[in-house]
Amino acid sequence: MSLLVIAEHDNAVLKTATLNAVTAAAKIGGEIHILVAGAGCGAVAEQASKVAGVAKVRVADAAHYGDQTAENLAALIVAVVANPASGYSHIIAAATSNGKNTLPRVAALLDVAQVSEIISVVDADTFVRPIYAGNALATVKSADATKVITVRTTGFDAAANSGGSAAIEALAAGPDLGQSKLIGRELTKSARPELGAAKIIVSGGRGLGSGENYHKLLEPLADKLGAAMGASRAAVDAGFVPNDYQVGQTGKIVAPQLYFAIGISGAIQHLAGMKDSKVIVAINKDPDAPIFQVADYGLVADLFVAVPELTAAL
Amino acid sequence: MKILVPVKRVIDYNVKVRVKADGTGVDLANVKMSMNPFDEIAVEEAMRLKEAGKATEVVAVSCGVTACQETLRTAMAIGADRSILVETDVELQPLAVAKLLAAVAKKETPQLIILGKQAIDDDANQTGQMLAALLGWSQATFASKVVIGEGKATVTREVDGGLETIEISLPAIVTTDLRLNEPRYATLPNIMKAKKKPMEVVKPADLGVDVAPRLATVTVTEPPKRSAGIKVADIAQLVDKLKNEAKVIA
Ligand SMILES: Cc1cc2nc3c(=O)[nH]c(=O)nc-3n(C[C@H](O)[C@H](O)[C@H](O)COP(=O)(O)OP(=O)(O)OC[C@H]3O[C@@H](n4cnc5c(N)ncnc54)[C@H](O)[C@@H]3O)c2cc1C
Ligand SMILES: Nc1ncnc2c1ncn2[C@@H]1O[C@H](COP(=O)(O)O)[C@@H](O)[C@H]1O
Repeated sequence: MSLLVIAEHDNAVLKTATLNAVTAAAKIGGEIHILVAGAGCGAVAEQASKVAGVAKVRVADAAHYGDQTAENLAALIVAVVANPASGYSHIIAAATSNGKNTLPRVAALLDVAQVSEIISVVDADTFVRPIYAGNALATVKSADATKVITVRTTGFDAAANSGGSAAIEALAAGPDLGQSKLIGRELTKSARPELGAAKIIVSGGRGLGSGENYHKLLEPLADKLGAAMGASRAAVDAGFVPNDYQVGQTGKIVAPQLYFAIGISGAIQHLAGMKDSKVIVAINKDPDAPIFQVADYGLVADLFVAVPELTAAL
Repeated sequence: MKILVPVKRVIDYNVKVRVKADGTGVDLANVKMSMNPFDEIAVEEAMRLKEAGKATEVVAVSCGVTACQETLRTAMAIGADRSILVETDVELQPLAVAKLLAAVAKKETPQLIILGKQAIDDDANQTGQMLAALLGWSQATFASKVVIGEGKATVTREVDGGLETIEISLPAIVTTDLRLNEPRYATLPNIMKAKKKPMEVVKPADLGVDVAPRLATVTVTEPPKRSAGIKVADIAQLVDKLKNEAKVIA
């Protein structure tokens, strides 16, 4: 049995999320291959070959894979898997925006179900995944010949990114379907750690009142802690911060060592994204805010007073 | 241009979900059901395209039990011109829904199908992408802006690192993200009008689709409960706890 893990990368760097997916693959068991599809992505293949536990890296390097458009990528993956010689039992990707975009397309082309955002592996056919914003955990068993799976990165530790020595093998590129093309990207530039990989996260909500307040109050705190910054949906909708800051059921799922929820009420949709954090701190002026039901340390206070005081005390 | 909008009937997003004691699922008896919030955004977007003269007709489709009629009436109250119910009592998984929608799309030949990015019950985030695959169409998921051009659409997508804009050929699938628009409320006169709008009812067999589930649910359990901690009196105590009790900061 062999498993194909789809690499998450930007043609230069293999993203950590891939390492979480590799660990999920290892839990299932079998020979692990990583597929790197990109343009000028040789460096990514090199990095992938060093990941512990990986037997083979297969690289499709062509201009039309550079932007990770779902149509071309899915066609490539299906061609690789449909080759009977490959014998892949599982196709696995991290539940990143790329993974979520592409894998269901692969599953439908193979006429199999997808199991979304698994958090644990019971056996090679059976997986646990949260439903209803994490208010229930479903254990599901797939009867399909090929299992297509996305992995919630917080459910699996990252595999070591050194120590491996997988063979690198070139794959023939498929055709460019020409159905979609990238026009541009507006990526949030930040020297801070990525939300998904951060040990500490400082998140702000509607209680901050404005984008200006969000930055003025929370950035110095995040700077002191070396933290990533997040937000509630309300803070994103109000334009305090860009969309990629959103933590929650329909945003990013995080589980840092320490999570600060500042001026966030604690709606179930927000809790769904952060309640597996090791330690949760809430600062809110409303003593009845639901966030206090999950916080390890709650401070009932006006954030405009408490946050500068906290920053100064660190 | 015709737009198809698939809408799902789900537990209302405000309801606190309870897992059934026998582990077979969650308790849906006497629980408020609503249109999936992302689908409200999809219907709204279709209406705006119609109002802007880009679309001529908006057709809502729902797959599931008889009560999905309510969801379709809501879609028509927002403004959809007519609707189609694919009626079945079988538990529908995303692949089956995508196959039903593909069959409807082949009959209706829309240029655009706008779905929600995710249903808030199964949290699958699959159906739109699967439908695009089955039809061989291009896709733009997690949309925060849609501009329709000649034979193409330019869509801005919410991705992990920020925003990305792509150009896709039509016909195409778009799935909505939260920032695409703010859905309007259905007014009373429009709710009344919606009662008279046409609703066609078909069965999966009429569409030649096998909807048997591929995934068996072994059990549904409650997640581990997180218990509330303590309230600290002030910042000094908070910092002390983080350093000396939780040991999460140095
Ligand atoms: C389909 C759908 C998907 C969703 N997905 C997400 C998601 O992924 N992530 C998410 O976060 N939400 C999501 N939501 C929204 C969610 O339901 C809530 O509306 C949102 O989380 C509320 O954000 P908030 O806590 O910042 O705002 P509010 O609920 O308005 O809370 C603001 C808090 O700030 C406190 N406050 C105000 N002033 C001060 C002050 N001076 N000092 C201290 N405290 C103060 C208030 O007491 C209050 O508790 C989703 C909703 C839907 C319908
Ligand atoms: N039973 C259904 N009937 C109509 N549309 C559906 C149904 N299930 C899913 N959809 C559509 O597919 C989207 C994504 O659902 P899912 O893939 O289940 O997360 C929803 O927002 C709807 O637009």
